[in-house]
Amino acid sequence: MNAPLPKRKLKVATTSLAGCFGCHMSFLDIDERILDLVELVEFDRSPITDIKHCSPDCDIGIIEGGVCNAENVHVLHEFRKNCKILIAMGACAINGGLPAQRNSLDIRDILAAVYAQPGRGVHIPNDPEIPLLLNEVHPLHEVVRIDYFLPGCPPSGDAIWKFLTDLLAGRTPTLGHGLIHYD
Amino acid sequence: MPGVNSNGVDEDAVIGEVLSRHQSDPTRLMQILREVQERIDWLSPDTLTKVAEGTRLPRGRVEGVAGFYHFFHTEPLGRYRMLWSDNITDRMAGNADLMARMCKKLWLKPGRVSEDGLVSVDTTSCTGLGDQGPALLVNYRPVTRMTPERVDRIVELIRHKTPVAEWPAEFFKVEDNIRRKDALLGADFQPGDALKALKSPQEVLDAVKESGLRGRGGAGFSTGQKWEFCRAAVGTGAHPAHYVVCNADEGEPGTFKDRVLLSSYADMVFEGMTVSGYVIGARKGFVYLRGEYRYLLEPLNAVLEKRRAAKLLGKSILGRTGFDFDIEIHLGAGAYVCGEETALLESLEGKRGVPRKRPPFPVTSGYLGQPTAVNNVETLASAALIAAKGATWYKSIGTPKSAGTKILSISGDCERPGIYEYPYGVKVSQVLADCGAHDTQACQIAGASGLCVAPNEFGRRIAFEDIPTGGSFMVFDNTRDMFQVARNFAHFFVHESCGFCTPCRVGTTLLANAMDKIDGGHGGEYDINDIWRVIRTLKTASHCGLGQTAGNCVADTLQKFRPSYELRLNVRDFEPAFDLDKALSKMREVTGRDDPGAHFHIAHRKSRAGIGTKAGDPA
Amino acid sequence: MSDPKTFFLDEEEIPFEEGQTIIQAALSAGKFIPHLCYHPEFKPHGSCKLCTVRIDSRTVTTEDGQSVKIPGRAAASCTTPAQEGQHVESEVPEILDLRRTLVQMLLVEGNHYCPSCEKSGKCMLQGLAYDLGVMDPHFPQYFSKREVDASHPDILLDFNRCILCELCVRASAEVDKKNVFALSGRGNTKHLICNSESGKLGDTNMAATDKAADVCPVGVILHKRHGFEVPYGQRRFDIAPISDNPVQYAPVKEQV
Repeated sequence: MNAPLPKRKLKVATTSLAGCFGCHMSFLDIDERILDLVELVEFDRSPITDIKHCSPDCDIGIIEGGVCNAENVHVLHEFRKNCKILIAMGACAINGGLPAQRNSLDIRDILAAVYAQPGRGVHIPNDPEIPLLLNEVHPLHEVVRIDYFLPGCPPSGDAIWKFLTDLLAGRTPTLGHGLIHYD
Repeated sequence: MPGVNSNGVDEDAVIGEVLSRHQSDPTRLMQILREVQERIDWLSPDTLTKVAEGTRLPRGRVEGVAGFYHFFHTEPLGRYRMLWSDNITDRMAGNADLMARMCKKLWLKPGRVSEDGLVSVDTTSCTGLGDQGPALLVNYRPVTRMTPERVDRIVELIRHKTPVAEWPAEFFKVEDNIRRKDALLGADFQPGDALKALKSPQEVLDAVKESGLRGRGGAGFSTGQKWEFCRAAVGTGAHPAHYVVCNADEGEPGTFKDRVLLSSYADMVFEGMTVSGYVIGARKGFVYLRGEYRYLLEPLNAVLEKRRAAKLLGKSILGRTGFDFDIEIHLGAGAYVCGEETALLESLEGKRGVPRKRPPFPVTSGYLGQPTAVNNVETLASAALIAAKGATWYKSIGTPKSAGTKILSISGDCERPGIYEYPYGVKVSQVLADCGAHDTQACQIAGASGLCVAPNEFGRRIAFEDIPTGGSFMVFDNTRDMFQVARNFAHFFVHESCGFCTPCRVGTTLLANAMDKIDGGHGGEYDINDIWRVIRTLKTASHCGLGQTAGNCVADTLQKFRPSYELRLNVRDFEPAFDLDKALSKMREVTGRDDPGAHFHIAHRKSRAGIGTKAGDPA
Repeated sequence: MSDPKTFFLDEEEIPFEEGQTIIQAALSAGKFIPHLCYHPEFKPHGSCKLCTVRIDSRTVTTEDGQSVKIPGRAAASCTTPAQEGQHVESEVPEILDLRRTLVQMLLVEGNHYCPSCEKSGKCMLQGLAYDLGVMDPHFPQYFSKREVDASHPDILLDFNRCILCELCVRASAEVDKKNVFALSGRGNTKHLICNSESGKLGDTNMAATDKAADVCPVGVILHKRHGFEVPYGQRRFDIAPISDNPVQYAPVKEQV
């Protein structure tokens, strides 16, 4: 017998850190099933709602992208603090992905190369509004404890649907052949 | 002139001379590389190409061998190569401060070569001088009992470019420190005693079996049985033969009894090898001598010469037609894994020291695929004693399951570190009392891969049926931190894993990283769970004993000295292994920002000063 | 003729010929055991340890009537000879968990960015990870700094993805007789090298038609000008999981 689930709608927060929003786009690929989903959940902080900060009683946090700058760290900490369950969604959240391919180079050299202006030296943008980059890009689970991982670049809409329906039903999510993908 | 290096040495001539001395034999690659390096300081890409051409080996094979062993270097490391022994006992004797002092005075960082290319300073695994540390190797020769004064004098000698051969002889003095003799060390044994007593090979084999002698390297396999299998096996191919190999790759941290046996009892060891050759039908024996004991090469060769002159080696030993046996010494080059007998055989054949898959076992397919009996130094010395004095006498010593005596190498917190020989069955508490250990909180028996014994177990016995050991016995008193002991050993295995199999190559590093994370104050239960997972994987899936036992000390201390971990677990949930605030350091540097937004204001505990990953690391 | 010898793999009877290893017999019988460094054409050496199994566990009854399982020895099934009547455990929770950990170790040791890898969809490491349900690398990434070697006209080497299985070393030595690849370093510094003084593949006698050019189970040895030719959704492990075709495991010859 399944454990009785709370009747109330679960609060879900989502964000994209060092990602491309591709996972969020893929989320929308669940298409009309989103109608079933909103019967079960309400969205808190998320690009979908434009709510800027997590409510303190979020149930599930879904994070796309790895951690590449100071702001990413602050957002990730906010999610960990306010969400009971934290999910790393997509390749970048899980192993740093494409942004982490900069890790083989020194960030100072990268910036020097990118912001070099012929004959006028190097001018690296420097404004308190711009978050500082970390020396290396990190996957989420190296910075906070992550409860579940949903791989893919992006995970397909079907994979996201299967994962979330498992989770909302109180089952440990499994994907199986065809849904588990690293690309 | 082409081929002549900056020191005026004609490199091509050196390579040619070494190659011809070894008949360009590819199985002698290790010896060729060592001798070339001793003459021209390092193994350049060009040198490796020439050695490959000379030995007709693929160049990649030669480079692979040069890259495997710590004592071969494919980059110039200076005319003076200083390697500090970095076992936990060296740490306890203060090697970290001494090494930092040396680095400071020489203006260099650990692991780096000085700007003038004169000197480099680094650490190495236990050098087998635990009773007279802190120790270091200068150009692979040991210097013992380092003190601040000795560091200063050595720095002066280096600055004045004094050749190592002209350094004061007292620096290089290695003491035996024999504190307790029993049946073996106290035996009245003259060279030839065992050989003169030899009856038929079968009778000698029966005596060794009857004596109950078991391997002294730690595994404890019956020596008689090993010899019997080997004797029964048939050599194959174009050059069928049997071989005797003496395993003198004494690399287990804290062990140094083979050093003493080879320094002062070499005749007994060589005689044991000769007896073994007589039994199994071998005409050739090798001593695989660890690179750290390079300084014993000439004295051992002199003993071999004396034995040849006395007809105890060579053709028709003691006038017996057909009894031919000779011994050659093969030097290792800094690889603990070569103590594993199949890795040792690979190394002996001039290859990377990677353990073989088993079966087949060396007794049927060993050196060059021929039947080979590999025995520990102490086992062979004991075999000589048995051949000379009889099985019944020997069997009367020790316990019913562990016949004879065991030589312990005792180091750490005690008044009289050194060599102690006991009949098997001696209690740990007895050993501790004899060596003058007080307030002992733990003994690490059988080395880094061995057993960590807590005071409630000091009534246990040194014996195959209770605590088996190759001889390492390290003592830790109440002032020591057992977490740091385990962390030192975890790093030891990172250095010494051969990297062949996934669990050991990756697991040893993950384990050491987790220990460092806890040491840095970033650890919690999450990390303890990870540690157990890695240890399980190491134990279950590793290819050889090194990986299977690499987690032992962490597992033992987690169980027996758990508070030493718990007191460091600052984190309830999870923290990164790295320092978040430091992760912004490069951007602070390039932007010049230092405002609050350029920092993380999270209550991070500062990493505690303590024993770094390596001696000499900045705290 | 006497009955064929058999052993038990997860309680299923598997026939074997004298001299066969456990994995050989299992694969011949259509039973998949995960593996990366094993390849039917080369001498097995047992380094990846993915094929680890437990052999001859026993259950004993204690004095108070409780059943206690005493685990048998663990061994790599690619180097362990099959023996009559042996009981081998492979698809059991403990061993599956061990294999997941080993895959995770390989994933953090190298730089495995599947979305940008030409081998994605037919990479053995990826195929195994999918099959084992590995959702994350778990451990902290090494982010090892490794080079790419593009010196050869037809072949690219991306060492970032090397899992040190030595298949290319064995293929080049045993089949091509060229010894193009070797290993240097040790422990966590162990790495693949090329047989030339410059260290570059372009300075070796490697040819695109060599066995070694097609044996890499991951994305290290790649044919230049051939990448991403099969669309997403139609690649090998899109179509069927790796365990569906145990005997066809051997890395398939690429269309060059």
